[in-house]
Amino acid sequence: MSAFTSPARRLRGACAAGVRVVRKGWAIAAARYAIVLAIALLAYAVVLLLAGKNPLQAYSDTFSFTLGSWYGFSEVVVRMIPLLLTAIAVALPSKLGLINVGGEGQLYMGAWLATWGAITFTGLPAAVFIPLLIVLGFVGGGVWAAVAGFFRARGLVNETITTLLMNYVSPLIVGFFVYGTWRSREVGASAFPQSAAFPEAARLPRFFDTRIHLGLVLALILLLLFWFVLEKTAWGLKMRAIGGNPEAARRLGVRLGLYIIVAMFVAGGIAGLAGMAEVSALHGRLRAGFSPGYGFTGFLISWLAGGSPLGILTMSFVLAVVFSAGSLLQITQGVPFAAVNVLMALILFVVLMKPRLLGRLS
Amino acid sequence: MVVLRGITKRFPAVLANDQVDLDLHPGEVHALLGENGAGKSTLMKILYGFYSADCGEIKLQGDPVHIHSPHDARRLGIGMVFQTFTLIPAMTVAENAALYLPDLPPVVDTRRVAKQISSLGEKYGIQVSHRFPVRDLPIGDQQKVEILKLLVGRARVLIFDEATRVLAPHEIEGLFDIFERLKGDGYAIVFITHKMREVLACADRITVMRRGRIAGTLTRSEATESALVALMFGDAIPQEATSAPLPPAAPGSALLALRSVNTRPQGASTPLRDVCLEISQGEIVGVAGVSGNGQRELVDVILGLLPCAAGKRLLHGEDATSWSAGQIRASGVGFVPEDPLGMAVVPWMTLSQNAALGDVAAYARRGGLSLGWDRVRQDIVTSFAALEFEPLSLYAPVRTFSGGQLQRAVLARELGRRPRLLVASYPTRGLDVRSAAAARRVLVQLRNSGGGVLLVSEDLDELFSLSDRLVVLRRGRIVGAFRPGEVDRHEIGHLMTDSEVGE
Amino acid sequence: MNWAFFGGLLSGTIMYGVPLLYTTLGEVIGQRAGMVNLGLEGILLIGASVGFAVSIETGNPWLGVGAAALAGALFNLVYAFLVATRRANQLASGLTVMFFGMGISAMVGRAYVGGGIAGLARYQVPGVAALPWVTRTMFNYDLLVYLAVPVAVLVWWVLYRTRWGLSLRAVGENPSAAFAAGRRISALKYQAALACGFLAGIAGAHLSVALARTWTEGMTGGRGFVAVALVIFSKWHPLRAIVGALLFGGAVTLQLQLQAMGAGVSPFLLNMIPYLLTLGVLLVWSGARRFAAPGALGRVYSGEE
Repeated sequence: MSAFTSPARRLRGACAAGVRVVRKGWAIAAARYAIVLAIALLAYAVVLLLAGKNPLQAYSDTFSFTLGSWYGFSEVVVRMIPLLLTAIAVALPSKLGLINVGGEGQLYMGAWLATWGAITFTGLPAAVFIPLLIVLGFVGGGVWAAVAGFFRARGLVNETITTLLMNYVSPLIVGFFVYGTWRSREVGASAFPQSAAFPEAARLPRFFDTRIHLGLVLALILLLLFWFVLEKTAWGLKMRAIGGNPEAARRLGVRLGLYIIVAMFVAGGIAGLAGMAEVSALHGRLRAGFSPGYGFTGFLISWLAGGSPLGILTMSFVLAVVFSAGSLLQITQGVPFAAVNVLMALILFVVLMKPRLLGRLS
Repeated sequence: MVVLRGITKRFPAVLANDQVDLDLHPGEVHALLGENGAGKSTLMKILYGFYSADCGEIKLQGDPVHIHSPHDARRLGIGMVFQTFTLIPAMTVAENAALYLPDLPPVVDTRRVAKQISSLGEKYGIQVSHRFPVRDLPIGDQQKVEILKLLVGRARVLIFDEATRVLAPHEIEGLFDIFERLKGDGYAIVFITHKMREVLACADRITVMRRGRIAGTLTRSEATESALVALMFGDAIPQEATSAPLPPAAPGSALLALRSVNTRPQGASTPLRDVCLEISQGEIVGVAGVSGNGQRELVDVILGLLPCAAGKRLLHGEDATSWSAGQIRASGVGFVPEDPLGMAVVPWMTLSQNAALGDVAAYARRGGLSLGWDRVRQDIVTSFAALEFEPLSLYAPVRTFSGGQLQRAVLARELGRRPRLLVASYPTRGLDVRSAAAARRVLVQLRNSGGGVLLVSEDLDELFSLSDRLVVLRRGRIVGAFRPGEVDRHEIGHLMTDSEVGE
Repeated sequence: MNWAFFGGLLSGTIMYGVPLLYTTLGEVIGQRAGMVNLGLEGILLIGASVGFAVSIETGNPWLGVGAAALAGALFNLVYAFLVATRRANQLASGLTVMFFGMGISAMVGRAYVGGGIAGLARYQVPGVAALPWVTRTMFNYDLLVYLAVPVAVLVWWVLYRTRWGLSLRAVGENPSAAFAAGRRISALKYQAALACGFLAGIAGAHLSVALARTWTEGMTGGRGFVAVALVIFSKWHPLRAIVGALLFGGAVTLQLQLQAMGAGVSPFLLNMIPYLLTLGVLLVWSGARRFAAPGALGRVYSGEE
């Protein structure tokens, strides 16, 4: 697949650079993000107007719902958890110049394998069950992504195409089980295609009387680890070298193939954790189509943040608000949920259109 | 024909052209001579519209013209052959030429274009097979396609930027023959070079540039080597890069041995065929050849980047056929590539980060959880001092370095590890005279202290003056092995290109 | 396994392959100009929703197809603007278009969810009347199906036999050489993007107006990404794209046929066939592609410095 990899390598280089927020001046970085958001929101207001909705009403609803109350805020944080994880799942490979567009599929596979564990080993105590689910979620997503990493490392197919196509396969696998062998036979529940309920011990603990769950702790630890490994360790140096110049890294004796496969495995694993956390903590069952596109949004977040951990944290929050707004507006204003895609597109568009506003591109 | 007046061009760091005046006449070969970085290429790229001058004026046949793009230049009959060809490798010769036809109809008949090329080619003695994609042609032919492309596009002023760099000696003579024929038809030719010998062989008028200014213009009859050297370097004439006579090589034990190595063909690369090569302690083995004849593969095999399909690779007396690139590097093999920015460093990383990458295992602390940055910095600074290089900033991204600085940084990193064997491919390509001399000095130092060096180069002068032994690569085979005193450059040149004479 | 099965398979292969062929041809043009456009998925959705909406409003499906083609072309200008004018990263620009397409099509199509139309008029393939009766009804196609292969040939002819095609390929192979030859890089990229969006718009409309005859959110099901994969499979050649599109169309049809026959396999597993097949085909054909890709594919052209 080298024909496609060599141009793609350039493409990846540009992507890894992304929008790199200049280290100096938090205020400047924050101001830049604010300007981008303001422009995007303004443009989206026009879109809403054209669709015959009242943008002022929509925005004020969104604001009071998401940030105006403790409950609303906690729901935003709940939304943020899968976004944080899928964003790390994109940011990590991007440091090696790999483009993982398969967060969505990896998320489903993590949820799938974790569900298998949850409905198979029903008798375990929570102290064993939760770590088991974490491992299963990680392995499910990780193996799924490692396949793409393997093809890439062997020079067969480039990981962008593989992960994109595999995104369409994993929801079908979940669908196969949820409509098939795993379909719950409980009275009332069976009308809706979903797995049996997780045992109580297989539910991730929640905090503060809200739906905020253990996934948040996992996500923050992983974000910290992501930063530490890349910035401080010998492996991080090698990974960044692969991203910066694979040819030189190869000549300096770095084992490219191994690093590519491992990085994709870990990244997929992290996305898998997002899926595991969603089903275990929130739904308590596996449902077909439970993710409203967290994987793709994770890509967007990582890209907007330029792979910087603090950027990921900030942008995850912003996008979580956007998502909450999406479901809210669907209810209050009758705007289809998919319309949040327009807002996300506008944010990306503004960033891409005005590279100088957010720092240097590629 | 063309008059340049007061051309000034400033780049962020340097004043590339400072009030340059130049006259070009039809039927004349005008050589632009100067060190790398003297501003020759910049000046011609301004004439060709690739850059726009900050101030100054260009007149063509007496009329002031404004050239904002190569397109403008082409319309005015100015064409340029670049150092790296601007051909499209995947397209055929005819398609490449068609792109430059000024009156190309909306529906392209490539056969008609091909006919046009052949008739032009016959007229000026430029024969190229036009049916194949350009990437299948040898380098010398690719250059001919470049020239044809310009002639087809009705250029009257032809600019050649370091056109001889990739050619074998007799191919260079062939190019000069083409110059003669073109001159006869009233073409004006600009020939940019830093090689004295070539200037004296082909130019009618010689302009010497130094640090962005014109140092002087001589006609062929006035020009002598010493006069030109004086103009090129002013007072600061550098000592001949390889002045020190080499002591005869002391035969040491073999560091590297390749035994009938073959590699698998991959795409357009040239696989190695039955290559046998030994490098011992305290010798420099030069590899001559037209680029693309297996040099890259040879280097990659030695560094462990390319597997041997057949044959054996021995390092330090041990069978290293199945060693990985990392193992080979750890065993004391260093490399200096032709394109340090693309092959040896990570451009946006700092010098110290790149230095650490040279030997991550040695600098890792606590099992890799952290890195000993103090030692990295100390080592690279020590190495710079030992090689008598001017120190560079440790904290600047290496892509901000000039070509010479970058090559010194790579040399310092590689030599700092005290390699037993150094693989240097085109280590002086694109460097200014001083940097090139420094690089050569380092290679000789390593050899004198008992290291082995493989030197791949396209500069026959460099190979002849540095090598203890010389091998010639052609189409992946070693077709000759000599001591430099035993052969002359023409014999080598013919071996390199498989031409009938002298073999 | 009888006449009906094979006839249906063949007829469906063609039917489902056609929209993918139009999309792939569009992407071939774009990639030949050096642009990888992952936004095709979005363009397809725009084409499908606009095509369907206009068909319903005007009652004329051909107006729908025309509007979809136009909408696709104009919409792809967003991509061209980002890539050619702002010199932005192609991947992110493509995803921008994808997100736009997903969102806007949902908003445009919202009022028409559940609506149905008659679709494009169909004409029987000449000569099938002589075949056994079961197949007779199967080889009825609309005009867009008949035009698909001629369009592929046209794209090939334009790319390889015209000045415009030569310039376009030069831009994709080596923009600085094309610039040196006096070509206007940005203008050519815009033109390629327009052509690409135009064809993808037609493909989207064909999906909703001729095939499904209805609109559902996200109905393109990743065909935009499959098209990107098929461009690689077809080695950036318009005529080989026909094979790729038929292969995918065949996989889709086979899956539908098996479901209709009540084969004891879950529809979810059958639905995977097209994606796995696409991936498998890429894996098997991965060699020998070294020089097929345009030289400057995906690269940001930084201009004349």
